[in-house]
Amino acid sequence: MMKESNLNEQPLFDATPDMFEPAGTAEMQDKEKISAPSLSFMQDSWRRLKKNKVAMVSLVLLILITAISFLAPVIAPHNPNTQTVEHANLPPRIPGVDINGFNGTIDQNGTRFDKYEMEGASDAYYYLGTDSLGRDLLSRILYGTRVSLIIAFVAALLNLTIGVTYGLISGWVGGKVDNVMQRILEVLSGVPNLVVVILMLLVLDPGIGSIIVALALTEWISMARIVRAQTLKVKNQEYILAAKTLGQSSLNIAYRHILPNLLGVVIIQVMFSIPSAIFFEAFLSFIGIGIPAPNASLGTLINDGYKTFRFLPHLMWYPAGIMSVIMVSFNLLADGMRDAFDPKMRD
Amino acid sequence: MKNYAKFIGKRVFYMLMTLFLIATITFFLMKLLPGTPYSNQDKLSPEQIHIMNEKYGLNKPILVQYGIYLFGLVTGDLGVSFQFNNTPVTELIASRIGPSAQIGIQAVVVGTLVGIVLGIIAAMKQGTWVDSSATFAAIIGRSIPNFVFAVLLQLVFGVWFNVLPIALWTGFASSILPSIALAISPMADSARFTRTEMVDVLSSDYVELARAKGLGKWEVAFKHGLRNVLIPLVTILGPMTVGLMTGSMVVESIFAIPGIGEQFVKSIMTNDYPTIMGVTMLYSLLLVSVILLVDVLYGIIDPRIRVATEGEA
Repeated sequence: MMKESNLNEQPLFDATPDMFEPAGTAEMQDKEKISAPSLSFMQDSWRRLKKNKVAMVSLVLLILITAISFLAPVIAPHNPNTQTVEHANLPPRIPGVDINGFNGTIDQNGTRFDKYEMEGASDAYYYLGTDSLGRDLLSRILYGTRVSLIIAFVAALLNLTIGVTYGLISGWVGGKVDNVMQRILEVLSGVPNLVVVILMLLVLDPGIGSIIVALALTEWISMARIVRAQTLKVKNQEYILAAKTLGQSSLNIAYRHILPNLLGVVIIQVMFSIPSAIFFEAFLSFIGIGIPAPNASLGTLINDGYKTFRFLPHLMWYPAGIMSVIMVSFNLLADGMRDAFDPKMRD
Repeated sequence: MKNYAKFIGKRVFYMLMTLFLIATITFFLMKLLPGTPYSNQDKLSPEQIHIMNEKYGLNKPILVQYGIYLFGLVTGDLGVSFQFNNTPVTELIASRIGPSAQIGIQAVVVGTLVGIVLGIIAAMKQGTWVDSSATFAAIIGRSIPNFVFAVLLQLVFGVWFNVLPIALWTGFASSILPSIALAISPMADSARFTRTEMVDVLSSDYVELARAKGLGKWEVAFKHGLRNVLIPLVTILGPMTVGLMTGSMVVESIFAIPGIGEQFVKSIMTNDYPTIMGVTMLYSLLLVSVILLVDVLYGIIDPRIRVATEGEA
């Protein structure tokens, strides 16, 4: 009380009304404006991802590889399955390039031979050589990459659909439904994928379709778990309560409000499931139950190349190299996306 | 503690359910498969086939066969192999488990140890070139298929330097290359995992306290940090086992090692169904046991988890 009266007696300065201006002029309102454009979740993540050089290089590489392999029917120099027996086992030969390894010569007991001339194929050019049946390796790699990528993409899409649906229902409906669905998952998760895939491939006709089904049937479990966990987190947020209060139907909330908030984790999970599908396909081809001959996938090409590896190593190294590049790129991109989508979730 | 026992009991129950499910799936899938067990059926008279069916119980109703099969599983009888002169599958597996186990264990031990050390170094040198190269190495290890690694190892150590055997099974020397090939992926996984966990742990209060007491940086990392990193590391044992199973099939085939994986691949090629079923059950049992072990271990080594599960139950 004392203090206040003291202050009143001795004002620090004389305040007169003309020293004040009304707030709310145009200039002041400008300060309140959000100058940066408002970004959606995807835009924001994309902005962060763009800063990650490694991820961007991987993305560009993947787009290139995908585009080239999907254009295989247009750009492949030869038919991938045509056997030209007299052109078998030719080394790589690229017109205008005279470096050993790319000029069609081979080293036999210390001297270089032009293998193309020896086989009477001097006007043929096989950029990456031919296999033991005289099929052009480059064309086979192009088609094989396409098959491997199709398997991976479709399997990932199916596993996404099944996993998200299962996880969302389990998490959102909750209660007894969740309980039963979780018990089922718990039993299923002990089943080794490998075993199911192999058994399915023994029963179904071998081919792209069977591999996709087998992969989709086994890979969705981890997706379902992650989606459920995330749904449980999201479901207690205020905006869900608000949506409920406003009378939105359950289905609508799941679809309009929960699903978009799962996007980050789902995309990351899909990104990691693609390389694992590519690997699994290659593995199946390697143990002999993959894509049936004469069609190629990267896995069958590596397996075929492995058989003649000591004498014609390029038949294995090229497909193995492409596959490694694809796998590394997917993993790097997935890592980058995880950091971009959720900086807190680096695990 | 009582609730914890209840939790373990529940886990065991699910484990048995899983095994039962797998057994059922394999049995009925195998029944769906085309072909008969008799390799030269044309030469057999109907009477002979009848006698054989009688002997192996193949003329009984399918549900009875299923019951017999399940009973066999419980008592360790997996039937006889179609391919190897009627050898019981159990015997076949038993004779091949040694090399597989040796390579698998060597790979896990070496891979995890190297991975943990790499992960700790990467976390300590966070943000430097050491960190980025360790991370990159881990991604390469995770990305490049193990059969490519196996062939590379064969080429470098077997063909170029000619220092190690690249095929067949003649003791420890021939287990080195396959173990390394198999160790790559556990190494990459544990390195990545250790790094992220370690980064977390290093910024925690107790590490700061230890540093404030005047302990050295590396001493803190290994004495205080490592213990807390190892606990969550137990959880990747399950996925690691799966990786080892897949890996062993490929690696054993490439290095011509008389193990389970190689046998499985051979059986698939020759449609030796009882052996496929037997190995399938063995793999499932192994995986389910590892998952159970992880659950149990996790509760024992980290009391916080036990408390949490008790709260839940």
